Amino acid sequence: MAENPNDTIPTVIADGVDIVYRVNGTGAGRGSATAALNRILRRKQAEKAAGVRKVHAVKNVSFVAYRGEAIGLIGTNGSGKSTLLKAVAGLLPVENGHIYTDGQPSLLGVNAALMNDLTGERNVFLGGLAMGMSREQVKQRYQEIVDFSGINEKGDFITLPMRTYSSGMAARLRFSIAAAKDHDVLLIDEALATGDRSFQKRSEARIRELRKHAGTVFLVSHNNKSIRDTCDRVLWLERGELRMDGPTDEVLKEYEAFTGDKAAKPAPKPKPKPAPAPVPS
Amino acid sequence: MTQALHTPPTTPTPPETHDLAALAARHGLAVSGARPSLPEYIRQLWARRHFITAFATAKLTAQYSQAKLGQVWQVMTPLLNAAVYYFIFGLLLGTSHGVQDYIPFLVTGVFVWTFTQSSIMAGTRAISGNLGLVRALHFPRAALPISFALQQLQQLLFSMAALVVILLCFGIPVAASWVLAIPALVLQFTFNAGVAMVMARMGAKTPDIAQLMPFVLRTWMYASGVMFSISHITSGKDLPSWVTAALQANPAAVYIDLMRFALIDSFHASQLPPHVWAIATGWALLAGVGGFIYFWKAEETYGRG
Repeated sequence: MAENPNDTIPTVIADGVDIVYRVNGTGAGRGSATAALNRILRRKQAEKAAGVRKVHAVKNVSFVAYRGEAIGLIGTNGSGKSTLLKAVAGLLPVENGHIYTDGQPSLLGVNAALMNDLTGERNVFLGGLAMGMSREQVKQRYQEIVDFSGINEKGDFITLPMRTYSSGMAARLRFSIAAAKDHDVLLIDEALATGDRSFQKRSEARIRELRKHAGTVFLVSHNNKSIRDTCDRVLWLERGELRMDGPTDEVLKEYEAFTGDKAAKPAPKPKPKPAPAPVPS
Repeated sequence: MTQALHTPPTTPTPPETHDLAALAARHGLAVSGARPSLPEYIRQLWARRHFITAFATAKLTAQYSQAKLGQVWQVMTPLLNAAVYYFIFGLLLGTSHGVQDYIPFLVTGVFVWTFTQSSIMAGTRAISGNLGLVRALHFPRAALPISFALQQLQQLLFSMAALVVILLCFGIPVAASWVLAIPALVLQFTFNAGVAMVMARMGAKTPDIAQLMPFVLRTWMYASGVMFSISHITSGKDLPSWVTAALQANPAAVYIDLMRFALIDSFHASQLPPHVWAIATGWALLAGVGGFIYFWKAEETYGRG
């Protein structure tokens, strides 16, 4: 099936998705012991009184992603891009609606943690095994992963513990491990922004390669250039709503006009932060 | 508030006139993040067995990776532990509570108890302490508590090597009954892994439990006859017989006494509660199967929020 990238096979379907965060410990009596006890004892009835606040992060978003597509997610900070990605990965529950996926989407985030006290070498093995590869498969891919990450370009760093790595090196290794497996659906959260220029070029090439192997790639980035280089379709989220869905050039043009020249736009955008909760009794 | 600039020019046109749910059903797409069925879950877990062992070994190795002596501490730590107990109970207090071969008795108890104790403590933090891993990668989450229990088993095997040296130093003869240590360990491991899974689910929902557990575990330790013989303490006291029976049927006490019976020649079968192997197996099955199902029931909720 990898040989025939068929545009009509959907891999991710979001059907009217709402995502709501509940945040404890806001409002009156913030952080005090009595407020906490109150929350524990009175649960639901006291949700409002005890200062549980709801943040509606994603509102009624629907889209269909097809096999072989690379889709960019753009939007200003706090617009719900990462939240939507986590929900597609099955790591956040949706409030309303459904997300259907073909196979298991894998989230490749900058935050993805490996074990800092272990050597890079062991982390490659652990990461590979955790993704469901067999020992033999990891062994086969090992050299490829290390070479791709470029960790050993400046000496034998792969046998040193991860805690000795620079943040860029660690992010590169994480990307290399995750990209070693052919994913059905790969979700990338601003991972491209971390490496140096030569690594960015390699990872863009790798993403194109992953797309060829019948996967679908979602990319969250604030770097319009890397979106333009890798994606052919873009979803623009603003304040949790899907504002535009279309070919990269068209959407990016609108988006750049929106971010670059806000004053010229008719409706000014208030802060994405939700309004303060009404003062509880 | 919605100010869509114009209707999105869609490429390739999604069949939005159709119901999206029907489209998903037609192409066999599954709801993201749903909990697999129990047989499917067991199959997934089995497929990750290499991850479970690799993770346990990696954790064990990482433990001493910052120390200069490195892996030597694997054996040094239990030996030093035993030395401290020998110093306090053997030399300072000179107390044996009327138990023969008190030092081997004590050290066996401490090592076996530590296995259960640290498995449960590690289990409590198995999910809440590894959120990065849980949120980044997809694998059956039961792999984590099982892996932590396995790490403690590996740790115990190092302790057992030290224990053998101690036993020989105190003139305990090598006997055929030492083989019984293996089934005892298997049962104890199953029990520990089960309890670790229960604690992992509770700790994932309420991280505060990790603060409470040390006190619960210390109380449990004193009720399990780690430093004394339960039958010696309770005999001659005005206690109802069920108290002794309950104390002796407590899983930690059962596994500790089984290990003592296997290794120490002066610890006789008469000191074991009746049907001890049945009790040990019962606890292992109850905790192992029950804990696994309890953990699986909340599989889709781990790492969220």
